[in-house]
Amino acid sequence: MELRIGWLYGHEMNIYGDRGNVMCLARRAEWRGIGAHVTTIGIGERFDPCAHDVLFWGGGQDREQIAVAADLSGPKGAALAGAIEDGMPILAVCGGFQLLGHYYRPHDRPELPGIGVLDVTSVAGDTRFIGNVVVDSPEFGVLVGFENHSARTFLGTGVSPLGVVRTGHGNNGQDGLEGARYRNAVGTYLHGSLLPKNPAVADWLIQTALSRRYGERELAPLNDAHERRAHDDVVARALALAH
Amino acid sequence: MPDPRATVAAAASKALTRGLRVGGRSGGTALPGLVANRLDPRLLDKLAARLPAGVIVIAGTNGKTTTSRMLAGMLTGAGRHVVHNRSGSNLVRGISAAFAEQMPLFGRGSIDIGVIESDENAFPEVVARVQPRVVVLLNLFRDQLDRYGELETIAADWTPAIRSLPGDATVVVNADDPTLAALAKGAAAKLVTYGLDDDGYTLTALPHAADAATCRFCEARLEYRRLFLSHLGEFSCPQCGWRRPALQVSGSRIELRGVERIAMRVSAARLNQRTQAFDVEVGVGGLYNAYNALAATAAALALGVSSDIIAATLHDFQAAFGRLERVEFRGRALTLALAKNPVGFNELLRLLTASPRATPIVIGINDLDADGRDVSWLWDVDFEALGGEGQTGKVFAVGIRGSDLAVRLKYAGVGDERLDTAQAGKPLGAALDGIVEATHPGDDIFLLLTYTAMLELRRSLAERGAVSHFWEQ
Repeated sequence: MELRIGWLYGHEMNIYGDRGNVMCLARRAEWRGIGAHVTTIGIGERFDPCAHDVLFWGGGQDREQIAVAADLSGPKGAALAGAIEDGMPILAVCGGFQLLGHYYRPHDRPELPGIGVLDVTSVAGDTRFIGNVVVDSPEFGVLVGFENHSARTFLGTGVSPLGVVRTGHGNNGQDGLEGARYRNAVGTYLHGSLLPKNPAVADWLIQTALSRRYGERELAPLNDAHERRAHDDVVARALALAH
Repeated sequence: MPDPRATVAAAASKALTRGLRVGGRSGGTALPGLVANRLDPRLLDKLAARLPAGVIVIAGTNGKTTTSRMLAGMLTGAGRHVVHNRSGSNLVRGISAAFAEQMPLFGRGSIDIGVIESDENAFPEVVARVQPRVVVLLNLFRDQLDRYGELETIAADWTPAIRSLPGDATVVVNADDPTLAALAKGAAAKLVTYGLDDDGYTLTALPHAADAATCRFCEARLEYRRLFLSHLGEFSCPQCGWRRPALQVSGSRIELRGVERIAMRVSAARLNQRTQAFDVEVGVGGLYNAYNALAATAAALALGVSSDIIAATLHDFQAAFGRLERVEFRGRALTLALAKNPVGFNELLRLLTASPRATPIVIGINDLDADGRDVSWLWDVDFEALGGEGQTGKVFAVGIRGSDLAVRLKYAGVGDERLDTAQAGKPLGAALDGIVEATHPGDDIFLLLTYTAMLELRRSLAERGAVSHFWEQ
């Protein structure tokens, strides 16, 4: 068995330590004896849905995000949207999350179109949401991460939230929701990196990817002692800082 | 002409600095500056204007403290009397306090020149206030995104500050950094370029922590003939032909001698009407310190300091607070290294893992404001070097976010037989005692620490009688 990980715009959009998510998918597969291969899909490069089992898309600086939005405005964006509609598992963080939605509307520049596969919209805000976040997720339990964004993202009726924020701002600082879920897509503002300290999400992505390709699979359990401790420390830290 | 407002502000700052120090409060530079700036918001401008030989401002993500200490040492060696924010307080208030403390209340006494290391965000304001004669631009790396924002934002903020410098000012710029080379291009000030010209210590690929190295003029991906450190190197654009500017001051024949020393040949072309080459030996290690030494040398040459004085200063240079500082503690030889961001970390790991290592390494990660509250950057650091062949020493994960670090180290291939997490999350004094327990007399222990972890550890060492307080240096 192998796990083919597609890293969308791994060169252009890779700030805030998001590569930890890619490392996590690869290593948690390898630790179970499953070979892992990472391919980056950059600007100007073809996206072939048959070449990947799971996708990751991180955040980027404004300059790169504009170039990426342009790269996705044609058939490439449609192919990506089609793959996600089809059930391709993907984790999209921050900028990647926004570009899965309908659009991102900045203050002073033209609207940046997304690929519209997630029923979410994002608009620029006046303040930046920065800090530790603890989220209660019905699917994955308690999630921890760090948010750093000025956009406000609002969910339409076509998606569910990833969870409800216990501490932190989440999507928009108003409705208490964080991230979005649709088919096998997870959109979120949580950096940290997200997956290493929240292995339940990582394993769900891996299991979904392998099951799609090889038929229903169960994953062998791993020793997550370090991960659990780091996770619990962030919960305690976030609560301490919030009070 | 006496200025009562400035005099009162400077006097208050002086008194507060002294009071805090006697009271044993740490550092004691922020509050006096805050009060002084409240009493006279233009205090720093006025003090800087009293200096007949002007002010040199040093900015960049990494290397500010070391470079400014080297340069201040060279100027002192050349007979200048220097005012310098040498404790590393590099916001406007810290700089104001340092100037108020070191200069007399009236006039300037014998002090004739200023050396300022400036925080990246404060840089435009510092330039506007002190009207520098020389600006030294070291590097721009990704650093504490929650505090400094994106690299692009800093570059955009610096551009007007550099453009505002008059034609008789000098910009000393690291030509190996494409962002800075592009930024300095349109300046009216005289340019002095420096960089490396060496084949011995090159990288084969851009490290992950480097930002995408794209051409500032046509957005194409830059190519490197030689890549030295992060995205610093001999670059060129395959599309529009923009390339690293010709070097006026270059470092070649570099020899890294462990954590302790560097040897290097400095060549200077057409600087103060002179072309010369001379060998230097620097009293600190690491390729990043070769860059720092070269930056200080380029600035000193531009200010007319002789190569003899430059070489003597570099030879005798001692590490600044927590920059490869060596401390003896209960029979263990500690080396303290401040690591604030992925590039700094990567370079220290490069230095540490250059040869097989069986002795302990301590890594301390805090997440207070001065460290950056977001520890996501741990995933941008190439800790994999610690999991490599020949690396067999224990690794202690400590600090407020020690448990986050432990996860990162697990992914880097540091197995549980080497990974010690027993001290994670503890106050660093207690962690230090635990580490001493778990190691042996004669051990050579290397400590990599974020900013507040370094302060806390040094305070613990001071309480245990091992080091002096940093403002006494």
